[in-house]
Amino acid sequence: MKVVVTSQGKDMDAPVDLRFGRAPWFIVVDTETGEYEAVSNEQNLNAPQGAGIQAADNVARTGARALVTGNCGPNAFRTLSEAEIKVYMGSSGTVAEAVEAFKRGDLGAADEANVEGHW
Amino acid sequence: MTKELVIISGKGGTGKTSILASFASLADAMVLADADVDAADLHLVLSPEVKRRESFSGGSKASIDESLCTGCGTCFEVCRFQAVLPVRGGQAYAVDEVACEGCGVCAYFCPEKAVDFSPVVNGEWFVSETRRGPMVHARLGIAEENSGKLVTLVRKEARKIAEEKGIPLLLVDGSPGIGCPVIASISGADLVLIVTEPTVAGEHDLDRVSDLTRHFGIPSMVCINKADLNPEVADRIEEKTRKTGLGFAGRLSYDPAFTEAQIEKKSVVEKGDGRAAGELREVWREVREALDGRGRGA
Amino acid sequence: MRIAIASGKGGTGKTTVAVNLALVASKEGRSVQLLDCDVEEPNSHLFLHPELETSRRVFLPVPTVDKSLCTACGECGKICAYSAIVVVKDKVLTFPELCHGCGGCKRVCPEEAIRETGREMGVVECGRADGIAFAHGKLRVSEVMPVPLIRAVKGSADDVDLHLFDAPPGTSCPVIETIRGSSYVLLVTEPTPFGLWDLGLALDMAKKLGVPHGIVVNRHMDGNESARRLASERGVEILAEIPDDRRVAEAYSRGEAAVDAVPGTRDVFTRLLQRLLELGRAGEQTEKGAAKP
Repeated sequence: MKVVVTSQGKDMDAPVDLRFGRAPWFIVVDTETGEYEAVSNEQNLNAPQGAGIQAADNVARTGARALVTGNCGPNAFRTLSEAEIKVYMGSSGTVAEAVEAFKRGDLGAADEANVEGHW
Repeated sequence: MTKELVIISGKGGTGKTSILASFASLADAMVLADADVDAADLHLVLSPEVKRRESFSGGSKASIDESLCTGCGTCFEVCRFQAVLPVRGGQAYAVDEVACEGCGVCAYFCPEKAVDFSPVVNGEWFVSETRRGPMVHARLGIAEENSGKLVTLVRKEARKIAEEKGIPLLLVDGSPGIGCPVIASISGADLVLIVTEPTVAGEHDLDRVSDLTRHFGIPSMVCINKADLNPEVADRIEEKTRKTGLGFAGRLSYDPAFTEAQIEKKSVVEKGDGRAAGELREVWREVREALDGRGRGA
Repeated sequence: MRIAIASGKGGTGKTTVAVNLALVASKEGRSVQLLDCDVEEPNSHLFLHPELETSRRVFLPVPTVDKSLCTACGECGKICAYSAIVVVKDKVLTFPELCHGCGGCKRVCPEEAIRETGREMGVVECGRADGIAFAHGKLRVSEVMPVPLIRAVKGSADDVDLHLFDAPPGTSCPVIETIRGSSYVLLVTEPTPFGLWDLGLALDMAKKLGVPHGIVVNRHMDGNESARRLASERGVEILAEIPDDRRVAEAYSRGEAAVDAVPGTRDVFTRLLQRLLELGRAGEQTEKGAAKP
C-alpha cells in the first residue's frame, strides 16, 4: 500500500517534517516495493489559510491510504478522515525510519487531531 | 519542553508590552516574540539587532490590466467587498487594493482574463538578538489585512529557536482585541496572562477576552495594572477573577516609571526605582509558578 | 461630516475623544451619531448609556451544499482561496469558519448545488443617548473576522449632520474599514515612546488612504514636546492637547465622561469640535472648487 510521510527533504533519509500543512515535501512510499516518489507541497507554503486542508487533498490524490506525520490540526484531520486516510502522528527521525516504524505497527492510528488548527 | 506565556489584554493600553519587557528582565533564559504585528512596540525597549529578515505574503490581491479591460463590469458585479470601482466614467474598472480581500473571484470570472491575481508581499518578519535573548518580531505593511497568519509565523519561528537551542521559556507579546490576531497568538499557549486596568471599560473588555480564553480552554491569569486608579473596581475585578476560576497574578500600581523606563529604553524592572518594579517581581513569581504547574493558573 | 477617531496604540483615548465630542456636539444642538466600530471590545456605551432600541444579528454568507445535486466536480474547491470548501475523493466538505463570504463557490457551481446560510458574526445594536444617536457592534466571542460586522455597524448610519466613528486600535483591516468613507480622521496619541511610535504607523496609514487627518494628544504634559516634534516633522496639525489629569482618568474608570466630571475639559472638546467643523467646511470648499470645470 501507499503511505505518505511529511518530509523536510526529497529523500528517504530526510528528516520527517512534524508539520502536516506546511511541510515542503510529501514522500509517497509503496510499502511493498519500497519505491518512493517525492511530491512537492510548495503551493501550500503560501496559502493564506487552510494549508492543512489543501495538503490533505494532495495526500488523497496520491492514492495513499495512510499518512505519517508529527502533528495534524482538526481541519486537516477531518479532511483526511473523509478521504478514508488513516493518520499516524507523533512520528520522528528520518522518512525511512518512520516507514519502518509504520510497517512494524509501532505507530498507532489517531482518532482525532493532536494540535490546534491555525493559519 | 519549552513553556509559552502569552500576554494579552482585551482592552488596549493596559501595559502588556511594558510588563513583558520586565518579565524578560527577570526570567533566566528565554526567546521573545512580538506577536502584535500591527503595532509592535517591544523593540523600542529591547533594541533588537536584526540578524535575519524575510518577506511575508499573507495572500493574493487582484489588479486589472486596463489595456485588456472591456468595461463589461463582471468584476464589479461579483465583488462582495466593494473593492472594484469604475474608472474612466465606467469604461473600465480598477481594483482598490486596500479593499481587495484577495478572494480571486473577479479574476476567475473575467471574460477577458484581464485580472491578474497573485501573491503579494504585505509584511516582513525578523529574527534578532537582544540583551535578553533571541527575539522574533514582524511588521505588517501599512493598511494590510491582519489575519492570524503572520502572528502564527512569528510564534512558530520563535518556538523553533527555543527548541533548537533548548531554551525552556517563550515569552509572547500579544495584541488588544479578541479577533484573529489574538486567537492566533493564544492557541496552544501554556499560559495566558490577561493584563487589565481598574476601569469599567477594562472590566467589560476583560469579560470578553476571558470568554475567549475559556472558549479555547487555555489556562489564564489576570493582572490588574494601574490598580490604585480605582480600588473599588480593582476589588471587583479581583473577586470576579477568583470566582470564575481564573488565576490572579497580582496588582501593579500606577507608576510614572512605566513611561520613564520607555524613554530610557529599559524595562521597569531594569530601571529599578518606584513601587511597580517590586510589584512586577511578585507578579512574575506568581506567573512563573503557574507556568511550572505549581501555582494557581486556572 | 464623517469623522473617524483612530490611533495606532490602544488605550490612548479614542473612546474618550469620541464620547466627549458627541456630548459637546449634542449640547450645541447638532444632530450627531456615534457609531462604535470597535466591535471586538466596544466601550462607548459604558459612557453614553444609550437606550438600545434595536438589536439585530449579523451573518456572513457561507456555503452549504445540496449533496443530492453535487457531482463532486471540484469547481468550488478550485475557486475558493480559503480552503473553506473542498472536494476530496468525491466528497464535498465545507469549513464555514474559514469562509470569507466571497460567494465564488455558489457562482461557479454548474449544478447550482450551493446555497448560502449564515455564520453569525455578532450583533449590531442601535439606540439613543439623549440627543445622540448611537450604534455599536459586538463581535461574537471566537469569531475571527471583525470587518463584516464593522461594515454592518456603518450601515446603521442615520441621516445626521455629524457622524463620529470610534475605531479599534491599530492600523490594519478593521481600522481601515472603519475609516473608509470618512471626511476626516483624528489620530489620538499619548506623548510616550510607544504612543508616538504607533502614531507614526497611523500617520503612514492615513497618508496611504489619502484621507485628511490630524492629531489629538491625550495626557499632554507641559514641557513634553515629543508629540509636537513628531507632528511638525510630518507636517500634521495637532488639533487638541488634552492635559494629563488624574481626575480625567478616575472619571473614565467610573464610566463618567470627562466633560461632565472634570471642569475645564468641556472647553477643550468644544474647541476641538469647532476646529473639526472648520476643517470640514474648508474641505467641502476645496471639493467644490475642484469640481468646478
